[in-house]
Amino acid sequence: MHSGVVAPLDQTDIDTDQIIPKQFLKSVSREGYGDFLFHDWRTEEGGAINPAFILNREPYKGASILLAGRNFGCGSSREHAAWALRDFGFRAILAPSFADIFRENADQNGLAALSLEESVVRELLARAHNEAPLRLTVDLEQCTVADSSTLVASFEIDDFRKMCLLGGLDRIGLTLRQAEAISAFEQQRWPNRPEVAPESF
Amino acid sequence: MIGDQPSTLLDKIWNNHLVHADPGAPDLLYVDLHLLHEVTSAQAFDGLKVAGRTVRRPDLCVATVDHNIPTTDRSLPVLDSIACRQMEVLRENAQSHGIRLFDVGDERQGIVHVIGPELGLTRPGMVIVCGDSHTSTHGAFGALSFGIGTSEVEHVLATQCIPQRRPKAMEIRLKGDRPMGVSAKDLILAIIGKIGVSGAAGHVIEYTGPVVESLSMEERMTICNMSIEAGARAGMISPDTTTFEYLRNREFGPNSDEFADLEMEWGSLKTDDRATFDRSVVMDVSDLEPQVTWGTNPGMVTGISGRVPNPDEIEDEEVRDSAERALTYMGLGPGTPMESISVDRVFVGSCTNGRLEDLREVARILDGKRVHSGVHAMVVPGSTAVRRQAELEGLDRVFRDAGFEWREAGCSMCIGMNPDTLSTGERCASTTNRNFEGRQGRGGRTHLVSPATAAATALAGRFTDPRGT
Repeated sequence: MHSGVVAPLDQTDIDTDQIIPKQFLKSVSREGYGDFLFHDWRTEEGGAINPAFILNREPYKGASILLAGRNFGCGSSREHAAWALRDFGFRAILAPSFADIFRENADQNGLAALSLEESVVRELLARAHNEAPLRLTVDLEQCTVADSSTLVASFEIDDFRKMCLLGGLDRIGLTLRQAEAISAFEQQRWPNRPEVAPESF
Repeated sequence: MIGDQPSTLLDKIWNNHLVHADPGAPDLLYVDLHLLHEVTSAQAFDGLKVAGRTVRRPDLCVATVDHNIPTTDRSLPVLDSIACRQMEVLRENAQSHGIRLFDVGDERQGIVHVIGPELGLTRPGMVIVCGDSHTSTHGAFGALSFGIGTSEVEHVLATQCIPQRRPKAMEIRLKGDRPMGVSAKDLILAIIGKIGVSGAAGHVIEYTGPVVESLSMEERMTICNMSIEAGARAGMISPDTTTFEYLRNREFGPNSDEFADLEMEWGSLKTDDRATFDRSVVMDVSDLEPQVTWGTNPGMVTGISGRVPNPDEIEDEEVRDSAERALTYMGLGPGTPMESISVDRVFVGSCTNGRLEDLREVARILDGKRVHSGVHAMVVPGSTAVRRQAELEGLDRVFRDAGFEWREAGCSMCIGMNPDTLSTGERCASTTNRNFEGRQGRGGRTHLVSPATAAATALAGRFTDPRGT
């Protein structure tokens, strides 16, 4: 369960180049990207803060739920996008749809990328502007989004994703439990299917 | 067929690689080839170290440096110390884990999606992953090939497997006669324009039909490369004799003894006649013309004789808002003829269009002519091998004589992580894959085009139909 201020970003197809521009991909760490989230929107040319951008304004500086248009996170596979959103303080992103790689990256980092009906998102966007600050509660267990008094939406999420987001599953550890199956697969496969093993290395 | 069920190419490759399936959980797929580069791998190796894990199959990993690498004189030190450190970390990781690295100075260095096929690493029927969204390129060989995030890179390093939900299968069938001078880049831009930038989300696209079958391997790679720009998980084309011929005599390709058997097996990698796709789109290409993007995503595209659209005429509010925002960013007015828009820069290169056929096409158009005085133009070959071959054919001389810069291989201005970037307000005709805001440099205005259109535009100083030059 997470409650927080909602930052509305009324745009469709927000790509990962906007979420974290390329000049910040040179680090070898998973941390420290929050300051550069939406960098080219948050700053003016020359580096000064752009006071008009929503995440530079109160009460959104401390927002933890991002509300956006469809196909959020399209483009580059950079996981830095999920790291930057997390680092800034976002815990959930609500949008009609997400790009596939971004959603996976979000899952891997405990950032809940949740798809809501397009009409619901539109309504929430309007409320977030009119009733600012809109606070919502996202309940992953119950698959619901609620405001202070009532349920405003429910979403579908499969149990595996839910477990990953709730429990921070060790995904690699889970796969390594299949070590025998992997070895068996390699054994039966290699001699029979030379095309898949560039053994000339 | 799988059992007696007619099945798609996607199903066949999927089932061939299925290591384990648990109800409710993603399937576990075996990965045949894991490609690595400097930008998305450091944190993955670090994660392994922290967890006390090792690389399961270093022999199935191949690494190169492409994103950060300067494309100017390689004998000089890299001035960007942070980029330099990132490349150094890749070297250390490759060495300590026994992973093959095609480093700066290696004749096999290049953009990861250019060198995979060129070295014969990419083969039909494989599952290939890389921490890069344009991994979809390799699907041109009838492989299932897709981009992954860094946590997944770590997962594959540790297990040689990737957990995946089975995507849906989508057919895009191209029919009609491809007009002369309409390139593979124009085909894929038109496809994205038709289905939209999320039109194939959750799907793997299989491109089919006689138009696709007639394409060269390099053209097929251009098409599969940009599948991600339509939101697809991957793009693929069933392998045929064009594919097999390409794969002969590649450094890491199958040896000639294996070839006959492999051709038999690869020949079965096609969607069965009675198999059904989750979605099918048919597009007649007979009336297509060269394409140019006008906005800030690859779906905002029109024909070269077209005009910048008028947002007021767009019914859907969100689409209209995006178009308005895009026109403001791009500094364009509604109704402007594309051919009247002048450019400051021309960039030829990238994993989309940095291969030999692309360079030959550009040279053909430039031959004996000069770039417009207001245009700064450059060619960055997709790989060192492409560069060498282009030089053998004298293409570099044509480029230089025309006023183009001729650079070393890398991603360069496609992503602008190295010093090759646009300045604010600069307008560029680019053979790359993304025209997002700031993609080629903050405030830079990118228009995606084919290599031929880029060349014709460089000569005229404004967008130009290459069929007239």
